[in-house]
Amino acid sequence: MVSYLSPNADEGVKRRILDYLGVGSVEELYVDVPSEILLKEPPDIGRGMNHIELERLVDSLLPKPPRLIFTGGGVADHYVPPLVDEIASRQEFYTSYTPYQPELSQGMLQALFEYQSLMAELLGMEVVNASLYDYGSALGEAGRFSMRVTRRRKIVIASSVNPERKAVLRTYLDPLNAEIVEAPMDRESGCISLDHLRPLIDDSTAMVYIEMPNFYGIIEEGAEDVFELAHSKGAIAAAGVDPLLAALIKPPGELGADLVVGEGQHLGSPMSFGGPSLGIFAIRMDMRFVRQLPGRLIGMTKTQEGLYRGYCMVLQTREQHIRKEEATSNITTSSSLMAVRAAIYITLLGPEGLRKLAEKIAYNTAYLRKRLSELDSFSVPFKGAAFKELAVSSSVPWERVNSHLLSRGVLGGFIVSRFFPEMDMGMNISLFSTTEKHGKSEIDELINLMREVS
Amino acid sequence: MGFSQARWFFEDGLLEPTPFEIGRIGEGGVRVAEPEEELIEAVGSLEEVIPKELIRKELKLPGLSEPEVARHFNRLAQMNYGVDSGSYWLGSCTMKYTPKLVMRVADHPSIRNLHPYAPEELAQGLLRMLHELQEMLSVITGLPNYTLQPAAGAQGELVGALMIRKRLGDLGERRDEMVIPETAHGSNFASAAMAGFKVIRVPPSSDGTIDMNALKEAISERTAGMMITNPNTLGIFEDRVLEIAEILHANGSYLYYDGANLNAIMGWVRLSDMGVDVAHLNIHKTFSAPHGGGGPGAGAVGTTDELRDYLPVPVIVKEGNKYRLSYDVPRSIGKVRTFYGNVGVLVKAWAYLKMLGSDGVRESAAIAVMNANYVRKKLMECGFDVPYGRGRPCKHEFVISLAKLRKETGVRALDFAKALIDRGLHPPTMYFPQVVQECLMIEPTESDSLRELDKYVETMREIMKTAYERPEEILNSPKNAAVTRVDDSLANKVLWLSWKVYEKQKSQEELYR
Ligand SMILES: Cc1ncc(COP(=O)(O)O)c(C=O)c1O
Repeated sequence: MVSYLSPNADEGVKRRILDYLGVGSVEELYVDVPSEILLKEPPDIGRGMNHIELERLVDSLLPKPPRLIFTGGGVADHYVPPLVDEIASRQEFYTSYTPYQPELSQGMLQALFEYQSLMAELLGMEVVNASLYDYGSALGEAGRFSMRVTRRRKIVIASSVNPERKAVLRTYLDPLNAEIVEAPMDRESGCISLDHLRPLIDDSTAMVYIEMPNFYGIIEEGAEDVFELAHSKGAIAAAGVDPLLAALIKPPGELGADLVVGEGQHLGSPMSFGGPSLGIFAIRMDMRFVRQLPGRLIGMTKTQEGLYRGYCMVLQTREQHIRKEEATSNITTSSSLMAVRAAIYITLLGPEGLRKLAEKIAYNTAYLRKRLSELDSFSVPFKGAAFKELAVSSSVPWERVNSHLLSRGVLGGFIVSRFFPEMDMGMNISLFSTTEKHGKSEIDELINLMREVS
Repeated sequence: MGFSQARWFFEDGLLEPTPFEIGRIGEGGVRVAEPEEELIEAVGSLEEVIPKELIRKELKLPGLSEPEVARHFNRLAQMNYGVDSGSYWLGSCTMKYTPKLVMRVADHPSIRNLHPYAPEELAQGLLRMLHELQEMLSVITGLPNYTLQPAAGAQGELVGALMIRKRLGDLGERRDEMVIPETAHGSNFASAAMAGFKVIRVPPSSDGTIDMNALKEAISERTAGMMITNPNTLGIFEDRVLEIAEILHANGSYLYYDGANLNAIMGWVRLSDMGVDVAHLNIHKTFSAPHGGGGPGAGAVGTTDELRDYLPVPVIVKEGNKYRLSYDVPRSIGKVRTFYGNVGVLVKAWAYLKMLGSDGVRESAAIAVMNANYVRKKLMECGFDVPYGRGRPCKHEFVISLAKLRKETGVRALDFAKALIDRGLHPPTMYFPQVVQECLMIEPTESDSLRELDKYVETMREIMKTAYERPEEILNSPKNAAVTRVDDSLANKVLWLSWKVYEKQKSQEELYR
């Protein structure tokens, strides 16, 4: 029955094996299961479908994707180069396990080392782990990390941090009796307010955290000052970053961050409803930090006779399989294949390609803002420079705008109050995003459609 | 058996060089997009778009042409071993074959291109798949409520532990201890600790199952719960699981189930019937989603009704024929990751279960168990020592000990594993669980044919024989992989953790030798 997936399910083969085992049927291999809980019949999930039936079902369930996507909120519609998909579809990469046997798994190990190295350059950091689950849980780990390193319990974050990630941070810190304090932003610029931030940072502060861009798409212009403030009180200066922005502005490492987290899904992976994703976690090469790093780490080394280069997992004594409850994290399976995708993507675009792409997104964002200012019903509430994401206020209900857009195959902004009323601040905000997939004509089309609603 | 892995190296001792060494610092290999002239004219120069002081001056990345990148990463792929390369009996990891159809489903443009905040009408099909997956998992495990949010098994453990913690808090109970068998996976201990519990370990009894006396001693009014794996990591079914559940429940504690080994019993026993209160399932083990060289995976968590109100938000709800994401979970522990989970992994499990159907689920488990018993008996006949569970059938995996071999020949489990590599087989899990000396944990899964089972057994017999006759041959393996043994003590000393760190330290390299 399942012999197309399990060759030994073939009746003849099965008989031979069972005879060898001296049992009459596979049921006899379950004699150790107490009979009162052993099922006589399999639980009913329906009959198995053949390939064609299943493909037809999938096609019938899924609608065609929209033609243009301008939705923001942490995921945007980026272009995935075909080579990234092709390499990631090689079974040697996608079917393998965590590289426990380095000699047989040099390919994955080297690719992960390259990911660590490329990401370190991009972020201006030195050590990047071999991936965490996603941006949010990377932030959760960052909070725990900073508490371990500093032995302090106060976490100061900008109020403009993405609310999905704030929620994850809270969950991760809940058992640690941490105090999470939000530093308000300046309503004019959309940037964090240094005057409000200063009194919040003190000798009990473990970490100060801001995002680039923040939830409203704004680039924190005072990042350097924020990190300096953190350092002046001995706290860890931490940044969350869109790695594409790091190709355009001074990377967090150069701005003074000790710790960087971010989402790598933007680097060559599809949106896929928000997952799988790639949690980026980067630190300076400071052994105080390295020893507390969560997640796997690949190191370059040599073969034992010293003749060739080789790669393997390093500093495993931090990890759960050795350190158990004292481990720096419980992470086991993480996001290796996504890290490989990011490595391919970065290598393929190269410094100039990444820079051009980031510039294009920056120009697009500015152009979208400029065109929106021509419309009566819409405005951009924050003055700060924005990248990729743009917060837009409206005097007409967003639902109406979005359904008009959708009727033309265009996916509009993310209506913030849908899931995060507290982040809307009564401003009726929708988050738009624009990527390299858009040009002038796509943005013009969006503006024209929005003009039609008023 | 002959095997030779592709090996790309250069005379000067380099393996396939990194892009930093091949790389022209330059343009890169793909024309994605340049900013349009007209658009630049409309908004002004870059300085008017991005604060001038912030603009980056230097980006020291390599950039290769598309053919160069293609060759480089294809060569790396050739220096890696996957399930489609050959037998991959990595115990506890369930390296089963991934049907290509499930890969195609996840690759569907309508799933790939779905934005997480797309209106619900566009997400109906996907939400239906995810909801159906939850329902199928409920039917298989008997646990009525599911979240698909956790990104892997370990994150599922964290979710389960946090739910127990919060529930106890609501009951006004101060219970801060989690009981965990010594044979459990390392992540169990780490997850319990992350959730704020103190870990109490219990040793196995002489037959490899949980020692009931030790368990009774370990629990107290401080016990929040116990985490069990069943079949356990020795491949033995904990046949006193009902008694264990009873003891815990009578004590006011919860039973957590680590689903890493569900592949042995899916369709045969339901977790609810074992008295389980909360469990994670490793979608990337039992339900055929591939492991991706270490992720992405997914770790669905199922619970009884008592714990339902603690699930992470959002949950997928069905109202009439419509599906919706709901944040209305009164006592939710919150979120453990952004958005809804590793959806691209989860739909593979949906497709897999649709392919298998009820009978297929039960039969797959049985074949996995049958294969493991076949290999175990064959290996015992060859003289391999199975320290636990000899008198009963094993489940989907079992553990052998090479302690005797080591004593008599100096060949350790590690060396034995490297000899398997030379013969084209991925070695079993080594040195886990730690209660067994020089152990190999063997899980053939349902995917291997009888021919492959026999080949693996024969290879192990031959390695054992060679170890007695010419141990140095085994100690000097592998020779046929991309590299010979990798020096991990050097790696941990020099800590070349990135190309940048290496460049900085290169000049001092000789000092380390
Ligand atoms: C028994 C057991 N429990 C838990 C885990 C953790 O699962 P994951 O790797 O999906 O986080 C694993 C595998 O790594 C395992 O083998």
